[in-house]
Amino acid sequence: MTSADYDQASLPDLLPLYYHRLFPFSQYHRWLNYGGVTKNYFQNREFSFTLKDDIYVRYQSFSTQNELEKEMQKMNPYKIDIGAVYSHRPNQHNTVKSGSFQALEKELVFDIDMTDYDDVRSCCSGADICPKCWTLMTIAIRVLDRALRYDFGFQHCLWVYSGRRGVHCWVCDEAARKLSVAARSAVAEYLSLVKGGEETVRKVVLSDPIHPFITESLTVVERYFPQYALLGQDILGSKEAVDKVLALLPEDILFLSKHALIKTTFFNQTTAKKGHYFEMEIMLQYCYPRLDVNVSKGVNHLLKSPFSVHPKTGRISVPIDLKELDRFDPFDVPTISLICKELDQPKTEKEQEDTMENENEKEAGEQRKRRDYKRTSLAKYVKLFDKFLEGMAHSRKGELLKNSDLQKNF
Amino acid sequence: MQFYSRRKKLIGNSQTEQLYGHCLQFYGQPPIENISLSEFETFAVDRLKLLKTVENLGVSYVKTSEQYTKKLDVEFSNLNFPYKIEADDRKPQTGPSEYEKRRKDHISHFILRLAYCQTEDLRRWFIQQEIDLFRYRFKDLPSKNITEFLQYNNLHYHTISVDEKTNLMEKLIKSSFAVSGSTVDCQDFYKVPFQDALDLVRTRKVYLKGGYVYIPHQDVVTIILNDFRTRLSKALALTARSLPAVQSDERLQPLLNHLSHAYVGQDYSIQKSIGKISLEQIDPLSAKSYPLCMRQLHRGLRDSHHLRHGGRMQYGLFLKGIGLTLDQALQFWRSEFVKGKVDADKFDKAYAYSIRHMFGKEGKRTDYTPYSCMKVILSNPPSQGDQHGCPFRHSDPELLKQKLQSYKVSPSGISQILELVKGMHYQLACQKYFELTHSIEDSGFSLNHPNQYFMESQKLLGGPGAGVKVEVKREDNPATKPPHQTSGPGNLPQEVAAEITEDLDSFFQDA
Repeated sequence: MTSADYDQASLPDLLPLYYHRLFPFSQYHRWLNYGGVTKNYFQNREFSFTLKDDIYVRYQSFSTQNELEKEMQKMNPYKIDIGAVYSHRPNQHNTVKSGSFQALEKELVFDIDMTDYDDVRSCCSGADICPKCWTLMTIAIRVLDRALRYDFGFQHCLWVYSGRRGVHCWVCDEAARKLSVAARSAVAEYLSLVKGGEETVRKVVLSDPIHPFITESLTVVERYFPQYALLGQDILGSKEAVDKVLALLPEDILFLSKHALIKTTFFNQTTAKKGHYFEMEIMLQYCYPRLDVNVSKGVNHLLKSPFSVHPKTGRISVPIDLKELDRFDPFDVPTISLICKELDQPKTEKEQEDTMENENEKEAGEQRKRRDYKRTSLAKYVKLFDKFLEGMAHSRKGELLKNSDLQKNF
Repeated sequence: MQFYSRRKKLIGNSQTEQLYGHCLQFYGQPPIENISLSEFETFAVDRLKLLKTVENLGVSYVKTSEQYTKKLDVEFSNLNFPYKIEADDRKPQTGPSEYEKRRKDHISHFILRLAYCQTEDLRRWFIQQEIDLFRYRFKDLPSKNITEFLQYNNLHYHTISVDEKTNLMEKLIKSSFAVSGSTVDCQDFYKVPFQDALDLVRTRKVYLKGGYVYIPHQDVVTIILNDFRTRLSKALALTARSLPAVQSDERLQPLLNHLSHAYVGQDYSIQKSIGKISLEQIDPLSAKSYPLCMRQLHRGLRDSHHLRHGGRMQYGLFLKGIGLTLDQALQFWRSEFVKGKVDADKFDKAYAYSIRHMFGKEGKRTDYTPYSCMKVILSNPPSQGDQHGCPFRHSDPELLKQKLQSYKVSPSGISQILELVKGMHYQLACQKYFELTHSIEDSGFSLNHPNQYFMESQKLLGGPGAGVKVEVKREDNPATKPPHQTSGPGNLPQEVAAEITEDLDSFFQDA
């Protein structure tokens, strides 16, 4: 595992290589262009770059994919954030009459950060993660993806590893991009079950009736709970840990034999007596996704871009394959140093043949360069992204057909 | 939009019958008659009083509770607004007729639109109160009138078929209080896009599937409110654009300006005691004169040498309000953060900007105002790791009790406070905390702002932060203006203007 080889100091050398030969610009542009259905959608999109020495520049925008490429290759940003699609080109916002420059649309986004679970994980804290607590992210993705899909009807959710200690979700459906601030906030509230800060001990409070959303989410949590919490996190393993759990119980229950009661209620799927939801509350408090409503609320909120590099870990923010979710290992995600190294390796014979075939095409050199990512560990993630983009293109075609049918254009 | 009327006993001719056929309306069409200036003002002021009452009651009581309804009923009848469908119009009426009340309702709404369309804050406030008002009035409508209302206003919410209902039966029952096994059968369910029913989605009070919510007929009020909000929001944006024409009318301009500033009351944005507080005094001041929320934030900052964004905003603006200069603020935050994980360099890069921003020295140069109690209680609830918010609202009662004990509040005092918290009277609880920590019977003021707490405390203790009474952000009182007056028959006499503004002033001071 060459992730240990990553050193932040080598970024200035690695980034140019990354942006010249590995960053999937074509797919990136295809994504943000959304089929060109809305005029100037790509051109009015805000990007922000964090450059060397923490220099931060906002309101970057580009007319074409080429311009984006050239600029990124020139600036070599350490971090890239994506913002909203505005009413005018962001890089010209100073020329616009004050008040007219507005953020119009953006994907609905979610940011799940492991540090928000510090009060319920015993293995790590702060920016650290390990295979044991990573399960929390798996649970979060399963719960939220299900809800976004089945409750809200969103079909195009891109889940991305943030590069260090969490995951992001980009909901790219047209309806999602058009959501107002109030709507985004409502969606985030609907999805929130864990509430309260330092001062709140009991963060999940359930009461009748139990909404189907909670029941569905619990089904997911229960699948993982015994392995994750009872074994991995060992939440009943020490007096201290047990006390923490007991602090969540109502006082009258504490009279009963504590230890035995908890162990049996977790393993029995007993239907809760009316008002006694504490075992569900405990499971949810330990496992249910904790999202930051403020990230999801704002139409103009800037969020780290997929395929951006995480400067501290060197890992690329790659899409996550939901079909292989249980096998996803954040420590297996390629780092920029790894993929740059892989570029240097001599081509295999097959690759030699392929490039010779393409020599005959006009932009052979360019194409060869752009497809270099295929020779690296980044390949499978770009392929995943491609599939995602295909799905969206397919939907768009379906919409167009539907609309033209409605207008009787056959 | 047609106001369709089926009322048989309406006083007035058939034309007016058409106009105000329903006691509740969406305010789609502006009034097109002529009215006198004095009626213009009276209507506007009355409605503002009503909305202010709606706001105050909304913080102190649950919006659907009996006390709330009763108190608002009283206010309605005092101010002569329509609030119930009069069963029998033939009864001799004292005071304005139902028709007149509805006309007042209609006209006053549109006048206030003029006053409240100009900034985001004003619009938000106005929309919020009008929605609460609408909800309150809608609640009492019998369902026959609801159906009529939906029809008048072309709200086509689609009902689902019996088959679909049967399939979803269990889920529908589990999704809302209002629905039980027996009621599912006999009422209609409406399938509505979730964007049109945000309040229900936010609170998870409805079944959501594939982006649609399934609303029982009796909950339809929430989607109507949403519709109302959207319409009003758009209308205000439009009004703002045509405002310059209205504002050029000198008769209206002073009143409109005064109206829009009046709701804010004291916002502590212009402090008279700038620079009178030194940084060394902050620690003792935090124990003596800070409201509990700020004391908690200060403690959190001292303990972990850090505060998250919500905490920095709430506390930072408060400090600005008590008189810290920008330089003092920078020094204060830097010295604390540097003791933690942030080095001076990183502080200057990452945090100094946002402090300068708070003082209006960056970006849009908006001079942000310190948060009022309402804002702290209602927006941006704290989550894991946060210290901001209102402790009476956001803390676990157990922890709150412990904290009060550690601050040496008497046990009886603590239980009084907890009672108030239970009743959701957070500001009263804080007032009680003030009274207990200052050993007085009656605070003598109605608490609605953390900086107000601080100032009142300092006044009592004779401290440096008392300053002079804070300047309120509004126009000069016309009564004190020099006698120069633009001539014209339509001019508002100085005395009347003065009277009205004094009237408004005193009303809001009491709030």
